[in-house]
Amino acid sequence: MAQAFFGGVHPNDMKAATNEKAIEQLAPPAEVVIPMSMHFGAPCTPLVKAGDHVKVGQKIGEFRGLGAPIHASVSGTVKVVEPRPYSMGGNITSVVIENDFQDELSEEVKAPADPDALTVDEMVEIVKNAGIVGMGGATFPTHVKISGGIGKVDTVIINGAECEPYITGDHRTMLERPEEIIGGCKYLAKMFGVDKVVIGVEDNKQNGIDAMNKVIAEQKAPVVVEPLHCRYPQGGEKQLCQAITGKQVPPGGLPSNIGCAVFNINTTCAIFRAITQGMPVVRKIVTVSGSGIIEPKNIECPIGTPVSCLLDACGGVKDGTYKLIAGGPMMGMAQYTADIPVAKGTGAILAFCENEEQTVENPQCIRCGKCVAACPVHLEPLFMYQYASKGMVDELNAANIMDCMECGACAYTCPARMHLTHMFKYGKQLVKNKMAADKAAAEAKKAAEEKKEAVNK
Amino acid sequence: MTDYKNLKLIATSNPHIRSSETTRSIMLDVIIAMVPALVWSVFCFGLKALTLTVVSVLGCVFWEWLYRKLMKKPQSVGDLSAVVTGMLLAFVCPVTTPYWMVIIGGFFSIVVVKQLFGGIGKNFVNPALAGRAFLLGSYAGVMTSWIAPGEKAPLFGSTADVVTAATPLLYMKNGDMEGLKSTFSVMDMFLGKTGGSLGEISALLLLVGGAYLIWRKVINWQTPVAYIATVAVLTFLFPKGSASGLEWMLYSIFGGGLFLGAFFMATDYATSPVTKKGQLIFGIGCGLFTVLIRYFGSYNEGVCYSIMVMNLFVPLIDKYTKPVRFGVVKSDKKEAAAK
Repeated sequence: MAQAFFGGVHPNDMKAATNEKAIEQLAPPAEVVIPMSMHFGAPCTPLVKAGDHVKVGQKIGEFRGLGAPIHASVSGTVKVVEPRPYSMGGNITSVVIENDFQDELSEEVKAPADPDALTVDEMVEIVKNAGIVGMGGATFPTHVKISGGIGKVDTVIINGAECEPYITGDHRTMLERPEEIIGGCKYLAKMFGVDKVVIGVEDNKQNGIDAMNKVIAEQKAPVVVEPLHCRYPQGGEKQLCQAITGKQVPPGGLPSNIGCAVFNINTTCAIFRAITQGMPVVRKIVTVSGSGIIEPKNIECPIGTPVSCLLDACGGVKDGTYKLIAGGPMMGMAQYTADIPVAKGTGAILAFCENEEQTVENPQCIRCGKCVAACPVHLEPLFMYQYASKGMVDELNAANIMDCMECGACAYTCPARMHLTHMFKYGKQLVKNKMAADKAAAEAKKAAEEKKEAVNK
Repeated sequence: MTDYKNLKLIATSNPHIRSSETTRSIMLDVIIAMVPALVWSVFCFGLKALTLTVVSVLGCVFWEWLYRKLMKKPQSVGDLSAVVTGMLLAFVCPVTTPYWMVIIGGFFSIVVVKQLFGGIGKNFVNPALAGRAFLLGSYAGVMTSWIAPGEKAPLFGSTADVVTAATPLLYMKNGDMEGLKSTFSVMDMFLGKTGGSLGEISALLLLVGGAYLIWRKVINWQTPVAYIATVAVLTFLFPKGSASGLEWMLYSIFGGGLFLGAFFMATDYATSPVTKKGQLIFGIGCGLFTVLIRYFGSYNEGVCYSIMVMNLFVPLIDKYTKPVRFGVVKSDKKEAAAK
């Protein structure tokens, strides 16, 4: 039964360009650039230096605190370790590896003797060492989500919504690798101690649903595929929980607060590969599409592959391409250069050469309220825009701007073409700055009083 | 390897795609929705209905263009909102209104009410209704003379040259149900074979236009349905004169500018609440004030002023109909209140 959440928009899904194209393996790139930050949390410390020889699957970055380790995706020689541009903006320390095209597998990659005999702690440890993060784009370290959710979670949800237009990597995975998905689900069920895993899929991927159901029936797996309405942002973690369980994640909370844990389709596959083959995350499926791409494709490539190699593999870009996006059109980041590598969270590379943006000069809010109806977290974007543009920080906070997940639904639907999402990013920063300033002021005041008291004594 | 260094890339915030709906397409839909009623008016009142509407539109567009030009602001005529205001202003005037008068009304609507407060989306009352209210206050005689049904208005000339007659609302104000029923049947009122302002006479065609707007998702059903339903319930409960509740109710909702106001005026984005709950409250308020003015006020018709009064309540309604914060369930709210 197709479920629903509040709000949302219904953009043209644009998936026809690639949803019937099988995942292609990219010809090995001559060089990969592996950023030391591909997860939510602090960047990794590089474990290699220029001149070192590395093999596929060898750990080259170690995390501190919240994070996940990073592995070499090709074998070869480390050329340099230096800051390079990456898809999240700015530069980040990256390990550049010159490919020797030998594809030597590291000794660190060892398949467990009997995957089904592993204990929960052993499985979590494997997931941690494999560097698995949320592959849908949020890149939250998966082992943290699992260990933090054990005991609290009664509903394990696999996110196959793929609600962003253009992207078809998860859809193709469902069609081509359903065994990996279902296998990953079985391990997740075991880790969380639940007797059922739910896979939420938008109903525009019926053949994907059928392919998975076939495997579920064959293996008698404890997995249920739940078709969902086609509506953006159905694949938002909180919206997916709402659609499947009817419960809402409290403000500032996590899905585990309502007993849910959500994993992306390809995260699930990565868990399966790590537990059965010992393979860490070294490859990524990327949809290369958009009006500016000559031949759109789904491509699997080593992590760190320069985006320019992907564009070359798709016949290059058309004249007049004005936008290059890492991620989907609703939440992806526009890039200022093609000189960036594919990271663990890069699900798509889009190039636009038509009028997708539809910007207007001097946009004026007409108060139509369509943004209020579209907001999946019940905010009032039109008022937040006014507060942010005038720097009214207290009003922004009272309007719950920090609940905004920047999904872009309001800006998408806005007939006046207001730059809503842009303004909310700015507004959230204003609120954060104010909080930091308030905290600093309170501490300074406290310190001054203590000093005064000390003097008085 | 192709060189991608020469790409001129724009790095703006997400989202990178936009829906096809624009302010202009919305205004165009509103214009389309008004066409059936306009055609009917031309059929009933003669060509003057069309020429007056055209003059009113040209006036409004001219004032908007001139103001933006003089104030050195970006031109906004292209969004078609001034065209909508011009059409609506003509719709709420008698067909016999002189051309110069709608141009003055247009000045008040566009310059005083809309542009001085910041242009589209910033006005606090409906510009077309404010223009009408201004004209009614300044030229009460012209604005309350109604051409008799079946008569055609001359292209030029004033009310003195035509046969005038009482509108259904005047009969109703006086409680003269016999006079009303012998002059207009309920069906006449519904179809539009009656007297009144230029664009308000046919409830049926306004309903068609309103249904089109709801189908196109330009307006929500909440405001018009709440408005008309409130008037219907109140008039059914409290009929006047010898009429039965049902009869009185039908005459009340088909008479005057209720359908025009409910579908085209009360739904004006700038001057109505942004949430559906707020729109429901707004519609109920409009209905309440309409009935109060019709029953107890000195005017026969209450639609214009009721909507303008409710326009002033919009900030208050918006404040108290904010959506419930995501993730906060009712029991949480109670607990918070208890603390």
